[in-house]
Amino acid sequence: MAEPMRIRARSKDGMTDVHVLMPHPMETGFRTDDAGRPISAHYITDVEISVQGRTVLSATLSRAVSQDPLLYFRFNGGRADDTLRVVWTDSRGERRSDEAKILGS
Amino acid sequence: MCAWFAPRPDTPGGLFDAGLADRSLASNRREALRLMAAALLAAGVLPWPVARAAENDALAFGSGSLEGALSALGATLDPSPEIRLAVPDFVENGSVVPVEVTSQLSGPQTIFLLSEANPFPLVARFFVPEGTLPYVSTRIKVARSCNIYAVVQAEDRYYSAVKATTVTVGGCGNG
Repeated sequence: MAEPMRIRARSKDGMTDVHVLMPHPMETGFRTDDAGRPISAHYITDVEISVQGRTVLSATLSRAVSQDPLLYFRFNGGRADDTLRVVWTDSRGERRSDEAKILGS
Repeated sequence: MCAWFAPRPDTPGGLFDAGLADRSLASNRREALRLMAAALLAAGVLPWPVARAAENDALAFGSGSLEGALSALGATLDPSPEIRLAVPDFVENGSVVPVEVTSQLSGPQTIFLLSEANPFPLVARFFVPEGTLPYVSTRIKVARSCNIYAVVQAEDRYYSAVKATTVTVGGCGNG
C-alpha cells in the first residue's frame, strides 16, 4: 500500500494554496531492474481533489509525471478547518484517499 | 541501458528494447479499452459521448507522436499570449523537470501538458473547474532535449504555449 500523501493547504485573503505530494513509484514500464528484467508499468492515472464535497481540481496523469507526483494549484474560497480531500487511482486499480484540514493564514 | 524512452532508430537492438514491448502492451490495452467502450455502448450502459470520451482518452494518452495526441484530443496548436509556460532552459535530470502553466483565460478550462520527444507525448491533463485558478505546477519526465507544450482548452477553443528545454541526462529512469 502506498504511503500517505502529504497535503498542505493554506487559505489567505479568500484564496487557498494547495500543495499535494503523492508518494508513488510512477514506473513507466520502460525501465529494467539490476538483472535486466523489465519493470512493469505502475503509475497514477486519476487524481480528484475536493473541498467540502466541491471538486477543485481533477487530473489525468500519465507515466511521464515524475515519481512521487507533486501538484501545486490555487482555488477561490476555502476556509480554515475546511477539509481538503485527495483521491488517486493508479494503473493497477489501486486507490488511495487522504484528507487534510485547511490552515488559516 | 537507458530505457525510459523509446529506442532510437539508430540503435540496432532497439526493436527488442523494453520500450517497444511496452508500447505494444499499451496498444493492447488501448484496444481492450476501445472494445470495452464499444461493448458498453452497445449494451446501452454508456451514453454515446461518454463512450467516445473514453476512447479518445485512450488514444490521446497512448499516442506515440505529438500530432497523434493532439488529433485524438481534437486539439490544435494556437500560440497565445494568454498562456504562460515556465520550464527551465536547462535541466540536468530529465526525470524531474518542474513545469508551471498559467492561463489568463477566465472560466472553466482544461490544461494539457505535452513533451514532444517522449514515447507518449501527452503527459497530463488538468480539469480546472469554475472557482479554481487556471494555474498548475508539477514535475514531469522529459526523455531528451525537446519542446514542451501547454495546450489550454476553453469554450471549445484551443490556446497554446511552447518552451524548449535542454536536458543533460534524459528522463532515463535507470540512470
